[in-house]
Amino acid sequence: MEPRGAALALDLCWHCHSTVGGEYFCEQCVKVQPIHGEDYFTVLGLPHRLEIDLADLERIYHDLSRKFHPDFYRGKTSREQRISLDNSATLNKAYRTLKDPYARVEYLIHLKERSCREIPSQPPPDLLEEILETREALEELRHLHRTSGDGRKPELRAKLFDERSRLGEKNREVEDRIQALMRRWDALGAGEGPCTESQREILKAIRDLLSHRTYLQNILREIAEETQ
Amino acid sequence: MNRIVGIDLGTTNSLVAYMDGRQPVVIAGRDGSKLVPSVLSFEEDGVLIGDEAKLRGLTNGGRTVYSIKRLMGKGIRDLREDLGFLPYQLSGSEEGIVRVRIGEREYTPPELSAMILGELKRRAEEHFGEEVNQAVITVPAYFNDSQRQATKDAGRIAGLEVLRIVNEPTAASLAYGLQEKKEGVVAVYDLGGGTFDISLLKIREGIFEVLATNGITHLGGDDFDHRLMALVFQEMAARYGLHLEKNPEMLQRVRLAVEEAKCRLSTTEETSLRIPLPDGREYLRTLTRGELESLIADLVEKSLGPCLQALKDAHLSPAEVDEVLLVGGSTRIPLVQRRVAELFGKPPHCEINPDEVVALGAAIQAQILAGEIQDLLLLDVTPLSLGIETMGGVMNFIIPRNTTIPTSAKEIFTTSVDGQRSVDIHVLQGERELANDNRPLARFQLRDIEPLPAGMPRIEVMFLIDANGILNVTARDARKGVEQSIQVKPSYGLTDEQVEQMIRESFEFAERDVAQRLLIEARNEADTLVWATEKGLVQGSQLIPEEETAAIRAALAELKAAREGEDHHRIRESNRRLNEASHHLAEALMDAALKEAVQQKKLDEVLKR
Repeated sequence: MEPRGAALALDLCWHCHSTVGGEYFCEQCVKVQPIHGEDYFTVLGLPHRLEIDLADLERIYHDLSRKFHPDFYRGKTSREQRISLDNSATLNKAYRTLKDPYARVEYLIHLKERSCREIPSQPPPDLLEEILETREALEELRHLHRTSGDGRKPELRAKLFDERSRLGEKNREVEDRIQALMRRWDALGAGEGPCTESQREILKAIRDLLSHRTYLQNILREIAEETQ
Repeated sequence: MNRIVGIDLGTTNSLVAYMDGRQPVVIAGRDGSKLVPSVLSFEEDGVLIGDEAKLRGLTNGGRTVYSIKRLMGKGIRDLREDLGFLPYQLSGSEEGIVRVRIGEREYTPPELSAMILGELKRRAEEHFGEEVNQAVITVPAYFNDSQRQATKDAGRIAGLEVLRIVNEPTAASLAYGLQEKKEGVVAVYDLGGGTFDISLLKIREGIFEVLATNGITHLGGDDFDHRLMALVFQEMAARYGLHLEKNPEMLQRVRLAVEEAKCRLSTTEETSLRIPLPDGREYLRTLTRGELESLIADLVEKSLGPCLQALKDAHLSPAEVDEVLLVGGSTRIPLVQRRVAELFGKPPHCEINPDEVVALGAAIQAQILAGEIQDLLLLDVTPLSLGIETMGGVMNFIIPRNTTIPTSAKEIFTTSVDGQRSVDIHVLQGERELANDNRPLARFQLRDIEPLPAGMPRIEVMFLIDANGILNVTARDARKGVEQSIQVKPSYGLTDEQVEQMIRESFEFAERDVAQRLLIEARNEADTLVWATEKGLVQGSQLIPEEETAAIRAALAELKAAREGEDHHRIRESNRRLNEASHHLAEALMDAALKEAVQQKKLDEVLKR
């Protein structure tokens, strides 16, 4: 495994106090080092890029699991066991977050917010109207379900199916746009420092789209639950 | 070497296994059987465990306890459905853990489970001829924190350090993966005596990564038995006007009879059910597989919902599952196999004995923890979401279900009143939005908070789920960076002090029990040896010198005298001496027998018999 790069400040080994430059194990005494407090990309030895090959990610995760998992630290000191436990917990959270592209980009935005503050999240007005309309139909269907045993009003269900395919199409559109923006972010080069103006623009755009997507996902789930 | 054993602590049967080289092996008892029925029978002079206890249930119904696993980490309210079918008495207040009442004493489920673990421990110790005090114990994947903790407590009470709690389906996949050397996505459908689990795993280069798990902790063979029992009692009432469902012996008798009939129906189309009634008459009926299937069909269907949910959580379609593995005795039922095959669209695997595969997997995990296996690693998940109750009784989710463990989450807490010294945190497990609909896990109280204006203290609480799936909570004052005192009140568990007390008690009992058992064993050996030697003397005293015969007779007399005493050391020593004295006689007898056999063979050949 490659050392995790120069982004990390130099640290001292907790055991032998020799300098460790971001490696997982001290070069002098081979003791495991805490990875606590680093961002999830760095934990996995990855740059702040948004396109990640999932097979590669899995391989890295499995390799690091073999290094950190508490199963392999039973005979070690309690300090090492504690580090193994914390490292594994951090590693598992990092993998879970980066595995899903939307959780990944959300995390990156959260990470960069320190340097890219003041990104306003606007409610999407055209979308809002459509969602409100659908929700009305859903409410009507729910009301029918409650009042009469046979609440299967066919035209209402047809309308909802229609809405579902329209909203589903919109959702795909939003996801495509997010993907395209993720590629643009990567094309600008993943700096670990403060964002440039164009990088901030991209993150802002992604953030708005992510909030659209959340609205869409929620309403789609509600339709699925009500019409199944 | 310090041996670590793998234990499958089952609802119906329990097993203990270990690694013999690269091969996991279940340890058999003296009678050669590998399963220890998870049954206890409380007698005047002690507790019977396993097969003997199961038999005693027929005459000692109210003092024979089984299906303890279904009580672990539970409150009395959770067990309403089972109450009518249990011959033993449950007690306990509405809050807190359930207890089993036997005569004057009450036992908690971990204490009862500890007795079964103790039997498995003894079995392993006899096998190795040395002490065993470390174990890996399996639990259903869908067990919550209280049920896991109860299992760990049971281990401690039994004198076992529980190095790991492993999920049963995951353990099974480990045994299967090691044996079949397969890679890909595996679904483990585990339907046992009391619980149901479904786990989806990805196996890649020795890493067993659980993608999702789901289940029902109260669904299994016991529930099938209950359906049959209800049918039988109903028919007994209709045919003979007998209402026997409150009679503990009849409950045990009917239960055993329907359980056996159910098992037979997995291989035959029909069977007869024959149960003697207290008045000397007999209940007799034919039961077909079709009848059984229609009685339990809805229960089998209930298991499919969790399968679909697990697939959804893992973002998989049934077609993406490469192999389906069946685990647990109840998967022998043809209806179960059929429904699972239909759901996943492929025939399931059942090459490894479904009763043993979990214990074998536990033995492999034990070997991993011993550092003897380095190429295999289990990455398991937490089956239920973890959350805390917030204002208005809403559940605030902090660790979602199916998160790979170990995992952690940090939350900051503060005070709402000036000078407030303590803050209560109510932790729950479950998927519902309202705290009340979820399972209370524990109440943590942050104490000795520095008195400050409301909202000023910042207490950082770390919720960590370890590799056992058990929650550990620590807190620190974020402003001062010092550890914050915290008190834990488990909702359905024992406090550390209670467990300590039970450990002390079990040691006292254990010493008495062990001495008693050693004495019985030594006497049994003496009886066998006396019988064999006396028989040998009759047959073969002419084969050895007279002074040897005299020496044997002296040792024989000494052993008989020792046998009447209470000292098992003396009996053992006398046994050894008689063995030595009669060594030559035994050899002479063996030679004579061989010669005779050879001559007989020759005679046979000559006579062409």
